[in-house]
Amino acid sequence: MVRSEDEVTVSLHRLAHARAGDKGERLNLALFAYDPRHYDILLAQVTEVRVKALFSHRGVSRVRRYPLPGLAGINLVLDDVLQGGVNGALNLDGHGKTLSFLLLGMEIALPGTQQRKRAADH
Amino acid sequence: MTFLLGSGAGFSGDRTDAAIPVVAELIRRGQPAALLFETLGERTLAAAHRARHDDPGSGFEPLLDELLEPVLADCLDNGIAILGNFGAANPAGACERVRVLAEQAGRGDIRIGHVQGDDIRSRLSSIDLLHWETESGEMPGEEALISANVYLGAAPLVEALSQGAEVVVTGRVADPALFLAPLMHHFGWAWDDWDRLAAGTMAGHLGECGAQVSGGYFADPGLKDVPGLATVGYPIIEVEEDGSLVVTKPPGTGGCVTERTVKEQLLYEVHDPGSYLTPDVVVDLSDARVVEIGPDRVAVSGIRGRPAPERLKTTVCYAGGWQGEAEISYAGPNAFGRARLAAEVLRERLTFRAPPELRSRLDIIGHASVFDSDTGDLQQQTAGQENGDYRLRLAVEHPERRWVERATQELLALYCAGPAGGGGVRRQFQRRVCTASYLVKRSDVEAFATLYDATWNNERSHDHGAQ
Repeated sequence: MVRSEDEVTVSLHRLAHARAGDKGERLNLALFAYDPRHYDILLAQVTEVRVKALFSHRGVSRVRRYPLPGLAGINLVLDDVLQGGVNGALNLDGHGKTLSFLLLGMEIALPGTQQRKRAADH
Repeated sequence: MTFLLGSGAGFSGDRTDAAIPVVAELIRRGQPAALLFETLGERTLAAAHRARHDDPGSGFEPLLDELLEPVLADCLDNGIAILGNFGAANPAGACERVRVLAEQAGRGDIRIGHVQGDDIRSRLSSIDLLHWETESGEMPGEEALISANVYLGAAPLVEALSQGAEVVVTGRVADPALFLAPLMHHFGWAWDDWDRLAAGTMAGHLGECGAQVSGGYFADPGLKDVPGLATVGYPIIEVEEDGSLVVTKPPGTGGCVTERTVKEQLLYEVHDPGSYLTPDVVVDLSDARVVEIGPDRVAVSGIRGRPAPERLKTTVCYAGGWQGEAEISYAGPNAFGRARLAAEVLRERLTFRAPPELRSRLDIIGHASVFDSDTGDLQQQTAGQENGDYRLRLAVEHPERRWVERATQELLALYCAGPAGGGGVRRQFQRRVCTASYLVKRSDVEAFATLYDATWNNERSHDHGAQ
């Protein structure tokens, strides 16, 4: 990712909505761009590596990402992140239902106004 | 002709007045229709088996009366089939309860379909089991084993409808099978018409969680606003003979059906969208499209299917010791410091008041809890606001109840021996039920439906009691 001085950082929460679902120790996070034009930004920045880092404290062992361009969405599948799952976790939220909003706290870099202006001029 | 699938509940504990406007709309439209109740999760089935273990007359959906009473007579009078997995761990018990409710509504002649064959506990040791996906570990011993249930497909439910059942009671079936079954019965689709089976299955997937597709579990004020969440309308899925789907909801209800609400539910609990496994079909959502075609009307297309998997998923529940929780609040000046001190005190006490194998976790609710790990990484990495309103929570687990009681009692004792100003202690413990999933051969599962016969059941209960 090329960093530029003319760049703004926003929370993923401003660009996308998400829902979490659980099966056993596996969590899926379905993420959708509000504006389909932001789908490429999600694809470039919500990577398996970054998601794994975001959930590393939860012991995640593997992250797989399934892009769905037709839905302007990405399905993320996280293994071993629930520390026992719905019937075994000590966490208040054994389902991991709240974790969609942990993902939405991720920081996303957007081109700043200068770059956007330049892009618009071309 | 369009077939209408109305959702009456999306989980055990859902709103019990949700089905009323759905049924009113199904009757108003006068098209062939069914009402579906999905009330059985991994957690709920384990709880139901536990309940039946303690009381043989229970073990089916505890809210069955409240869910069915408001709509049963209307559905029976208007030919709207009701299908529900509210049988949970005791489908025969639920059948009997439905019969009583129907009798009270003046319909003692009700035909109830009883789906059987999901419970394979008695044969578990003699059949071929494979671990589900990445799971491993030993099968629990006979003394710990509580239940083993196969996720059945739609076939035995269709059998029940063909026998003339007006209400179909099941235990464990794949959730979408509740919705697929009336479609198979109505349209007569072939069992190898994979694209239609996939469309019908996804109609079920979209409807099975109730309001989650129509504005429930969606609102995020300022970004995703939902009108009338207090009276959110549960979904109605319109299905055509060719497998086209439209998601909508009863007029005059709250909530909304939009491209966004439908997309979130489309991938809910889905892993590989190109290969969503169900007992009846493998669904491919790679080219799925979701398009708003009118107010609260969303069409879903591009769903494809492939032949069903060879093996069926089975969930095994087994006793997993005891789990306990206790909480205490600290608020106002230096509340974070007092909550953290209380946590330190508890940690120290547990080192010599509980055995080393006690599994425990301490959250400071208001600072870091549900996002945190069992080891409290986020709690340690981030600084709390000094003043605030915090709740210290201890969660523990041990095979023996006495150690869970002892550990949570240590939190209670913070009242007199902990930091200043702690209050509002709540404490609870429960037996823990663990689950593991396996794959079984279809040939080892014998699923079928019969019309429920109260006389036969009563006689059998009597015989059983006389032994």
